[in-house]
Amino acid sequence: MANLQVNGQARAYDGDPSMPLLWYLRDELAMTGTKFGCGVGLCGVCTVHLNGEAVRSCQVQMSEAAGKSVTTIEGLHPKHEHPVQVAWRDIGVPQCGYCQTGQIMNAAALLAKKPAPTDAEITTAMAGNLCRCGCYQRIHAAIRAAAKGA
Amino acid sequence: MTELKPHSKITIANVSRRGLLKGVAATGSLVLAAQLPGAKGAFAAYPTGAQSMPNGVVTNPKVFVSIGGDGIVSIVAARAEMGTGAARTALPMIVAEELDADWARVRVVQSPGDEKTYGNQDTDGSRSVRHFIQPMRQCGAAARKMLEQAAAKKWGVPEGEVEAQLHEVVHKPSGRKLGYGELAADAAALPVPADDQIKLKDASAFRYIGKGTVRITDIVDITVGKATYGQDVVLPGLKFAVVARPPVVGGKVASLDATAAMKVPGVEKIVRLEPKPAPAKFAPLGGVAVIAKNTWAALKGREALKITWDDGPNKVYDSKAYKAELEANIKKPGKVERNEGDVDQALAAAAKVITAEYYAPHIAHATMEPPAATARMQDGKWEVWAPVQSPGGARDDVAAAVGVKPEELTLHTTLLGGGFGRKSKCDFAIEAALLSKEMGGAPVKVVWTREDDIQHGFYHTVTAERFEAGLDASNKVIAWRHRSAAPSFMANFVPDPKHPGDIELGMGWVDTPFNVPNIRMESGEAQSHVRVGWFRSVNNVAHAWSIQSFIAELAAQLGRDPKDFLLEMIGPPRIIDVAKSVTTPWWDYGEPAQTYPVDTGRLRRVAELAAEKAEWGKQLPKGQGIGIAAHRSFVSYIATVVHVEVSDKGAISIPRVDTAIDCGFCVHPERVRSQLEGAAVMGLTLAKYGEISFKNGAVEQSNFHDYQLVRIDESPKETRVYIVDNGIEVPASGVGEPGVPPFAPALCNAIFAATGKRIRRLPIGNQLA
Repeated sequence: MANLQVNGQARAYDGDPSMPLLWYLRDELAMTGTKFGCGVGLCGVCTVHLNGEAVRSCQVQMSEAAGKSVTTIEGLHPKHEHPVQVAWRDIGVPQCGYCQTGQIMNAAALLAKKPAPTDAEITTAMAGNLCRCGCYQRIHAAIRAAAKGA
Repeated sequence: MTELKPHSKITIANVSRRGLLKGVAATGSLVLAAQLPGAKGAFAAYPTGAQSMPNGVVTNPKVFVSIGGDGIVSIVAARAEMGTGAARTALPMIVAEELDADWARVRVVQSPGDEKTYGNQDTDGSRSVRHFIQPMRQCGAAARKMLEQAAAKKWGVPEGEVEAQLHEVVHKPSGRKLGYGELAADAAALPVPADDQIKLKDASAFRYIGKGTVRITDIVDITVGKATYGQDVVLPGLKFAVVARPPVVGGKVASLDATAAMKVPGVEKIVRLEPKPAPAKFAPLGGVAVIAKNTWAALKGREALKITWDDGPNKVYDSKAYKAELEANIKKPGKVERNEGDVDQALAAAAKVITAEYYAPHIAHATMEPPAATARMQDGKWEVWAPVQSPGGARDDVAAAVGVKPEELTLHTTLLGGGFGRKSKCDFAIEAALLSKEMGGAPVKVVWTREDDIQHGFYHTVTAERFEAGLDASNKVIAWRHRSAAPSFMANFVPDPKHPGDIELGMGWVDTPFNVPNIRMESGEAQSHVRVGWFRSVNNVAHAWSIQSFIAELAAQLGRDPKDFLLEMIGPPRIIDVAKSVTTPWWDYGEPAQTYPVDTGRLRRVAELAAEKAEWGKQLPKGQGIGIAAHRSFVSYIATVVHVEVSDKGAISIPRVDTAIDCGFCVHPERVRSQLEGAAVMGLTLAKYGEISFKNGAVEQSNFHDYQLVRIDESPKETRVYIVDNGIEVPASGVGEPGVPPFAPALCNAIFAATGKRIRRLPIGNQLA
């Protein structure tokens, strides 16, 4: 049995302890804002916050999530107006949009730690998140804009 | 519909990729849709290939527009949204423009797959805006007219005294107003006005189109995690499936032991899927499916399967050996595809002949969303949810696979987490339906993992290209022979032709726009061993890369500036009549050449614009270089200049990209910029890393560690986009695909300028180390 918090709500899980948090969120809780992309921690589309740290939910087993607090894109901001979300809309970052929840979660974690990151810090922090449409220029610009607004 | 004779003889000037393919699959011979009609009514100001697509266009506002009593205007998006913004933003915005609706009160409603109702839905070939700007303007203008008629009737005034103005109809003499919501019911009861009663807006009155101020429809849903892609479909009682597919195309299960898999907690059923013999169109590859109560259990069950495979004849496919085979075939005379003058004689008489060969491997689409689909059957009615580029075509294919009529199956189009041509092929949707059928109609979602996606795709073709340029004594190019060998995607639909079809020939090859008196294109034999599919920009990618690289090679050998030499090769502004010198009738992206001719003036203009903006000719430090390429594709003109820095260890960084596009009238400039920024990244990925290779018939790569995509830290630092300003009278042309082809040659030409090293084989990989 694993007890955890998901977006502030207590959850109990008694299935396979080796199941990745990703599949628990998507298949058991039907919270599909956290995406599946590679399953091996190389693309970042499944990024969530675990006790405030950005993690790849495909690489976190349920046994490791026990006792911890998970924040997903659905719970990032009560009104869905986190500065990163607002900047994403203002700058028109997405094309297909599939990777963007993971990008936003990673960017939000970066700004929580470093409210005014340098360009190099943005690039380094975001290098684990792939975008096949190639929206990187706008991702960078949106993080810069969100940092100004923070 | 007209039946046509064998492949190399047919006229298919106005047939789409899918139109062609659908005809092939249906009859075993090629079927040509109705001939393009001339300009029709007040609206078809210029003819396009839209009418010749399967099921053509529909303009009826009663199909696309509904208005609630509250004034909310619902506009149907009938095509698939995969990230260009065309389907769910630009096309509804065009309707709203002519309707003079307030965009804030517009809702976009996704249609199911149903081409009889909505017209062609095949979202492919950079066609959405180019084919639908005119029909959607007509649709919106007709709806506006109906609202005006309803208001005039209500007020008992002449129609000439009323005018729609931003979600209201105004009686001009009295200033009385009625909102669209108040008029909706009366307007809906009116007949759709005849074409000659409808008046399009003057371009000076446009609020939205041409402005680029409208945000994409799904921007909020995407940023809050509510956007639903194919992988995200949730239904009550949903089962989750993964499939172990044969490693070699055409392979079969020789033996299966599912004992251990069935013991995995959560696994409910193991199903064998039989492959279809080639040509199999979009049929699934077959294999063994594991159906479980969640994805994780299905994955663990699949790992526990013990399968031995009978690989079949494609086991011989080996990329190293195949490269040698292609390279041998381009050294021999091939099938002549275009001929002007006498190349043999001109090459023999030339003062100098310069030759070079290029090779580009298979690549995989690697959409960020791996394929996925969900199906269920209740009371004999099928429902499928799938991220498919061709919702109408997928509906037909899935219905056929489960043995029902298309009318008995609803195909819900989800958002696509990237398409790039992969999701034109609905094999994954057919898998979901077959598995639901095995489960008595229970809802089943088939999930493809990244490994499944990389190893069981429809791959961009592999190609070898050989050039011979003959120069006269004054170093003018008098002869140009270009041989190409690449397996054809036609092998999915007909017995392998071993040569490109007209669509592949037309993609930046036989339409090469150079001012050379003796030109010949010859195709070498190339047998298909895998599922070759179209990848964004298709054959343009390797054609543009090799042709534009060779141009820069010639310039270097002649000591000429590459940009000046490129412009000299393009020659003076003129229209090139490709049709007169080709063997297979010319395919101009399915368009009538009178609307979309090959216009070298437009190609020159984008090359000059990109070069000027990039400050072509400026001095650069050692280790840096600048390169240019210009290419027409999808009836748009585009040129890219890449500025590269190459470190001592051969690492590439790109401070700046300048891209200029002439896409006719530009409906949504902000989204066009976004497409071209993205195309630079995709172009860099395919140049730097893109390679799928085969050994013993199986793909050697499996995930993002060995099939890398460019990341933010190696992406171009800045991509600047310049859009040639055209009026509404200039036919809109493609945007989604044209940005990719010029990137790789511009990069390779920049690398040459920086290092003196010429890249003749993609990907670049460690060739600069």
